[in-house]
Amino acid sequence: MTSATIAGPRDYLQAQMRWRWGEIAFWLATLLPFIVTPDYLLLASQVAIAALFVLSLDLILGFAGIVSLGHAAYFGVGAYTAGLISKWGWGEPLTGLLIAALAAGVFGYLTSFIVARFRHLPLIMITLGIGLLLQEAANSASWLTGGFDGLQGIHTWPIAGRFRFDLYGYTAYGYALAALFVIFLGARRLIHSPFGLALRGIRDNSQRMRAIGASTHSHIRTIYTIAAMIAGIAGAILAQSTETVSLEVLGFQRSADVLVMLILGGTGRLYGGLLGAIVYMVARDQFSGLNPQYWYFWIGLLLIGVVVVLPNGLLGGLALLTGRSKAAS
Amino acid sequence: MSESALAARGINKRFGSLVVAADVDLTLPPGARYALIGPNGAGKTTLINLMTGMLRPDAGQILLGGEDVTALAAEDRVRRGLARTFQINSLFPHLTALESVILAVCERRRVAQAWWRRLIAYREEIDEAHQILGALMLDAVCHRPARELAYGQQRLLEIALALASRPKVLLLDEPAAGVPRDESNELFAAIAGLSRDITVLFIEHDMELVFRFAARVIVMVGGSILLEGTPAEIAADPQVRAVYLGKTPRGLRNG
Repeated sequence: MTSATIAGPRDYLQAQMRWRWGEIAFWLATLLPFIVTPDYLLLASQVAIAALFVLSLDLILGFAGIVSLGHAAYFGVGAYTAGLISKWGWGEPLTGLLIAALAAGVFGYLTSFIVARFRHLPLIMITLGIGLLLQEAANSASWLTGGFDGLQGIHTWPIAGRFRFDLYGYTAYGYALAALFVIFLGARRLIHSPFGLALRGIRDNSQRMRAIGASTHSHIRTIYTIAAMIAGIAGAILAQSTETVSLEVLGFQRSADVLVMLILGGTGRLYGGLLGAIVYMVARDQFSGLNPQYWYFWIGLLLIGVVVVLPNGLLGGLALLTGRSKAAS
Repeated sequence: MSESALAARGINKRFGSLVVAADVDLTLPPGARYALIGPNGAGKTTLINLMTGMLRPDAGQILLGGEDVTALAAEDRVRRGLARTFQINSLFPHLTALESVILAVCERRRVAQAWWRRLIAYREEIDEAHQILGALMLDAVCHRPARELAYGQQRLLEIALALASRPKVLLLDEPAAGVPRDESNELFAAIAGLSRDITVLFIEHDMELVFRFAARVIVMVGGSILLEGTPAEIAADPQVRAVYLGKTPRGLRNG
């Protein structure tokens, strides 16, 4: 008994970060599209890219409580950077990805100084402003970005000189999934670190954070930069796998979509965003096949339904169910 | 100057036309156990906000250990050893008690920026946090989220969070506010048991507690300091009686 209480605090924390069976099953299931639905690999790659993008938003919104309506800015910087490098003659995807991450990270770091100073409604307006500014800048700099016509002439070299980006999306999905998994591992590590705890502290009560001597601004700058890099990587993968970049990558619609996916799935749980991305992208694919003009109607209905019935998103609802069944047994 | 752990010199603060601090001078010698009393709206909490940097004074200086900290941000003052608690619970509702205190310890040790190392690797920080909770008899509930703790336990967690920053000076804003009488005695016993290296100033309305646990009492009225003295002096002072509307405050006779 005494030994149990002495070992208590660390054991409990250790148990918190242990891999669960559900997680392993989830990641094994991500391989299923290769076998079960090979016709949908292009969609699967889009889902993986969206999931990566949502993951980056979850790190700032779900963990640090930074609401953003302009997160596409960093996605777009990554996409254009990767596209431009390729257009200028360097089509190697992995280095392209790194440079895109760096560019988005630098932009994220610069903007984080403004972002860290605000919260709530002003913050939403500021992130919205950053997104709009960047889209207009990209539009007017058509000599660089191709403007409204999009960036043409991207050619992505085969990964490691072997895996060509094929029409069916085998390489695209494999590439996006690998990036998602590696970055997810990093994000999972981050949320179980002292820094991850500090982010949850900021989300819960930033005034108290200052009262325990925390520099909340520097924490926010760090996570905002990391999230911007991840968003940039997601954008870069889109540019590299589709070999085109349009202004839409910077659009408000994309910022709104990613927020919807995260809220749909559940914030602050990492997997919530992934689930949200899957449900949203698949639903969009199905609904737009069903009713091409009005598919946002169904998305709207889904969003309202989920938020009303499951305030913590789909994953929150699942956790509630499993929690109840555990309590019952 | 070096004889004070914390001092305010000529502090002035107004919100529009409302004067909330008027030429406040206050000195806490090292190891002090001082109480700050006064009617509602006297500016007691405002004074704590001013000294901890949550508010900026219009004029005057705050000295921490003899050093001028007036220009420092609140978090930088905490790092120099000035901690506080809040009158209304200001906790991390979704963090467990243990996580909350580990966070405070990690911030003090400047390891809270580490995002590549697992929290579990910080054994010393975890053990220290657990020990702080143990000293306040919160170890049994340390894995409960703060919002699920009983109110009295939340008040103790307030103190645990402040202690985790290893303060030299601790300002307690009505630590026993809303706590039943028998529990508030326990709470103050915990405060009285703190190391003498920590200088303590607490705001409290219950005179019995004030006279039991404070060596000296500062009376504040209308944004300025009316009087400072031993509990006996304060109890005997006609001005203090007048401030409390001519009534003998509860417990004043015991002084």
